[in-house]
Amino acid sequence: MTDLQQRPSDDRQATALPPDLTVRELGRWTWRQLTSMRTALVLLLLLALAAIPGSVIPQEDIDSLAVSQWRDDHPRLAPIWDRLDLFSVYGSVWFSAIYLLLMVSLVGCIIPRLLVYARALRARPPRAPRHLSRLPESASYTTGDAPEAVLGRAADVLRGRRFRVEPDDGAVAAERGYLREAGNLVFHLAVIVVLVGVAAGSLFGYKGGVIMLNGEDYGFSNNLTQYDDFAPGALFDPDVMEPFSFSITDFQVDWLTEGQRAGMAREFVAELAYETEPGGGTKSYDLKVNHPLTIGGTDVFLIGHGYAPVITVRDGEGEVTKSGPVVFLPTNAQTFESFGVVKAPFARPEQIGLEGTFYPTFAMGEDAEGNLSMPGSIWGDALDPLISMSVWTGDLGVDDGSASSVYVLDKAGATQVTEADGRPFRLDLRPGETAKLPDGLGTVTFDGLERWNKIQISRSPGKLVALAGVVLALLGLLGSLFVRPRRMWVRARRQDDGTTLVEVARLDRSSGGDPEDGAAELAAVVAALQGADDDTTTSNEKEQP
Amino acid sequence: MTDEWWETFSYQGVIAAAVLYFLAMLAYFLELAGLRSVSKDEELDSRRTAVAGRLGLVLAGFAVVVHLVALVARGLAADPNRVPWGNMYEFTISGTFVVGLIFVVAALRTDVEWLGPLVTTFVVAALMAAFLGLDDAVLPLPDALNSPWLVIHVVSAVISTGAFTIGALLSGLYLVKARSTATTGYLARVPDPKVLDRLSYRMHAFGFPVWTFAVLITGPIWAHQAWGAYWNWDPKEVWAFITWVVYAAYLHARATAGWRGRNAAVLALVGAATLWFNFIGINFFSSSSQHSYAEGARQERSVVLRVAGPVETAQEVGVVVGADHARA
Ligand code: HEM
Repeated sequence: MTDLQQRPSDDRQATALPPDLTVRELGRWTWRQLTSMRTALVLLLLLALAAIPGSVIPQEDIDSLAVSQWRDDHPRLAPIWDRLDLFSVYGSVWFSAIYLLLMVSLVGCIIPRLLVYARALRARPPRAPRHLSRLPESASYTTGDAPEAVLGRAADVLRGRRFRVEPDDGAVAAERGYLREAGNLVFHLAVIVVLVGVAAGSLFGYKGGVIMLNGEDYGFSNNLTQYDDFAPGALFDPDVMEPFSFSITDFQVDWLTEGQRAGMAREFVAELAYETEPGGGTKSYDLKVNHPLTIGGTDVFLIGHGYAPVITVRDGEGEVTKSGPVVFLPTNAQTFESFGVVKAPFARPEQIGLEGTFYPTFAMGEDAEGNLSMPGSIWGDALDPLISMSVWTGDLGVDDGSASSVYVLDKAGATQVTEADGRPFRLDLRPGETAKLPDGLGTVTFDGLERWNKIQISRSPGKLVALAGVVLALLGLLGSLFVRPRRMWVRARRQDDGTTLVEVARLDRSSGGDPEDGAAELAAVVAALQGADDDTTTSNEKEQP
Repeated sequence: MTDEWWETFSYQGVIAAAVLYFLAMLAYFLELAGLRSVSKDEELDSRRTAVAGRLGLVLAGFAVVVHLVALVARGLAADPNRVPWGNMYEFTISGTFVVGLIFVVAALRTDVEWLGPLVTTFVVAALMAAFLGLDDAVLPLPDALNSPWLVIHVVSAVISTGAFTIGALLSGLYLVKARSTATTGYLARVPDPKVLDRLSYRMHAFGFPVWTFAVLITGPIWAHQAWGAYWNWDPKEVWAFITWVVYAAYLHARATAGWRGRNAAVLALVGAATLWFNFIGINFFSSSSQHSYAEGARQERSVVLRVAGPVETAQEVGVVVGADHARA
C-alpha cells in the first residue's frame, strides 16, 4: 500500500553510502544526499542559526560606528571576529555558503519534481487497488442495480465533485487536488525568484545619503560627487544614475505642544523642487516619512533633519574668513541639542577652530544640589536658540591635505583659548550677537539659523522582482498548504446471489488531512451513489490508522 | 468622552478581562482536580466537575468580549484615534486577544476544551507581564509608524503570533502526551498524540502564510517607504526571518521520515521561542534596532555615542526623522 501513498512531493530519502564506489556513484550519492529533504531541513536550521550572530554583534553595513566602538572595547576579540567575518555576517562566505547550498539543493530537488509533476498531470488516476476494503477510509453496500449502472453513476458523481475520473475494469478511479503539488513547486521556484531579485538589487543598486541645507540656494544633482556617503553594489555602473536634481524649498515640522508627548515632533514635510533631467521643468513634491519620491528607478527619502547655525568668523585683521551655515548634528533625538565644529583655517594671525553645542531652546537645568548649572535644550523647536562653543587656535590639521571630517576638530596641534584667569574661554551667542575672542584673535557672530535635511537616495533594481517573487511564493504556499489531494475508487461486482457489491474507498494524500472531512466526503459519495431508492445498505467505515 | 476617560476605561477593561481569564483558569483547574482519578471513557460522575469545565469556557468567552472592548477603547484613547498596537504593551494585549479568540471560537465548534487550562494560564501570564513590565502610556504614533501599513503589517503579525502560540501549546502537549501512559486525569482526556500533531500542524499551516505576508511582504514594503531600504538586517528583521526559516523547517520536518512527530514538535517549540524572543527579548539585547521600543534615555545615549567619536561623514547623522520613539 505504500506505493499508493507515494506522491511526487514525497521525501527523497538520504541513503546509506554504498560499499563499492565508482567516482560516478559517489557523485550520484553526494547529489542525492544534497537534494534530500533531510539535508534541506538541516540547511534551513543552519541558516536560522547562522543569522543569529548578526543580530547580536554590530554589523559594518548597518552601524559601522557601533562596530568601531566595539573594536575599541574588545581589542583582543576584534581581530578574531574580523577573521570570522562576524562584523558583516550577511555578506560573509559562510553565510553565503549556506544559502547557496540551500539553493543548489532546492534546484536539485525541484527539477526532478517538476518532471514528475508534468508526468503526473497527464497521468490517469491510478487503478483501484485489489482490496479496497483494506484502505483506511472505505465503505461498502449491496444493491440490486447492475454494476455498469453503479459505475456510470459513480463516474458522474465523482466528476460532479471535480475529480478527474478514469473508468477502470469493473471500477472507477478518481483523483483531485493536483494543485497542491503545483503550489508547492511554485513556492519553491518563487524562493529562487526572490533571491534573484534581491541579488540584483545588492549587486547593481546603490544607496547614498546627503545632508542638504534648506533653501533654493542649495541644490543637489544626482552624481557621485554630490553624495556625503555612497554605498554601491559590486557591479554598480554610475551610468545608470538618473540625471535628476532638486533643492529643498521649505521644511515644516509639527511640534506637539501639549499632551504626554509634548515636545515630540511629527509630520515632517520637506518641500522639494525637482527636475527629472536638466531643463526638464521644475516640479514640486512633499517629501515625508513614509512618502518617498520616486524618479525613474530611484527613490528619494527624507530620513533626518537638524539645525545649521549661520556663523561668521572675522579674524584678527578684521577679514571675514568664514561665513555661512554650519551643519550641527543632533546628539539628542528629543531636544535636538546638537554638536558642531567651525573651522577657519585661513584666519590671521592664527587659525581659529570652534567646537560646541547648539541648543534650540536653551534652558539651565539644576544639578544635584539644585544649582542652576546644567545648560540644556528643553525643546526640539528653535524657540530660544543659543550656541555655546569653545575656541581653539594653532594648527587645525587641515593644511596637510589629508582628509578630515568637517564634523571633527583635530586638536593635536591646537591649543584651547583661555580667559585671563586661565579658565577655558567659552562663547555663548544668541542670534544676532557677536563675541570678541581674547588675545585679538577676532570675532564670532551668530547671524541666524538655517535647517538641513538628511536625504537618502537609493536605487534597488529587482525590488519588484523580489516582491513578485514573495507574492508568488505566498500564493503557492496557500495552494500547497490548503489544497487536499486525494483519490477515490468505486468498484462494483455482481455477487452470486445476483446483487451487486459496491465498494468505495478514499485515500487522503495531504499532510494535514482531517479524518472527519474525509469521512464526510466518503459518506457523501456513498449517499449520492445509493440515491434515495436503495434500502439494502450495509456500510462500514474504519478509523484512519 | 475624553481620551483620558477612554484610556482609564481600557486599563479597567484589560484588568477585568484578566480577572475573567483568571476565573476561567480556576474553573478549568477545578475541573482538572475533579478529573484526577476519572478515566477517559468514564462518564463524569460528578456534576460539579462538568459544570466547572463549562463555566471555564463561559468565563473565557466573556473575557474575550471584555478584552475586545478594552482593545477598542485603547484605540479610541489615542489622539488621533488609531489601531491599538503601537507599542509592546498594546501588541501584547492584541496578541493575547487573538489567542483567546482562536481558543473560544475553536471550543465552540469542536471539542478542544482540554486546551482551556493551558490557554487561560498563558493569557493570564502574558497579560500580567504586559501590565507589570510593559505598560506604556497611550501616545500618538511617531511619523514612521503613521502608515496604513501599520494596520496591515501588525495585524498579520499579531494574528500569526496568536496562531503559532496555540500551535506551540499543542506541540508541547503532544510531547507530554506522547510519553504519558496516564489512564486517568487531564492527560488521559487530551486527544491522541496523532490528533494533537494534526491540530498543531493546522495552526502552523494557518500561521505560516500569514507570517510570510507580515514579515516578507508588508514588512519590506513598509520598510522601503519609511527607511528607504526594504531589508536592512535590522535585529528585529533578522529574528523574524529566523522564525520564518524555523517554521519552514518545521513544515519540512513533517514531511521527512524520521523527523515527523517528536522532532517536528520540538521544532515548533523552537519556532515559538524565536517568535517570542523577537518580540520581547531582542528589545533588551540590541540597541541598534530601528524597531526599538526603547525609552528615550537609551536612544539619547546611543545618539551621543554616534557623535562623540571621530566620525566619517557616512556615519554621523544619528537622528532619524520620526524615529525617536516606539516602532512596531
Ligand atoms: C529556501 C529553502 C526552502 C524553503 C524556504 C522551503 C520551504 C518550504 C515550505 C514552507 C514548505 C511547506 C509547504 C508544504 O507543506 O507543502 C515546503 C515543503 C516542501 N519542501 Fe521545501 N523549502 C526549501 C527548500 C527545499 C528543498 C531544498 C527541498 C528538497 C529537498 C524541499 C522540498 C520540499 C518538499 C518535498 C515539500 C513538500 C512537503 C509536503 O509534501 O508536505 N524544499 N518547503
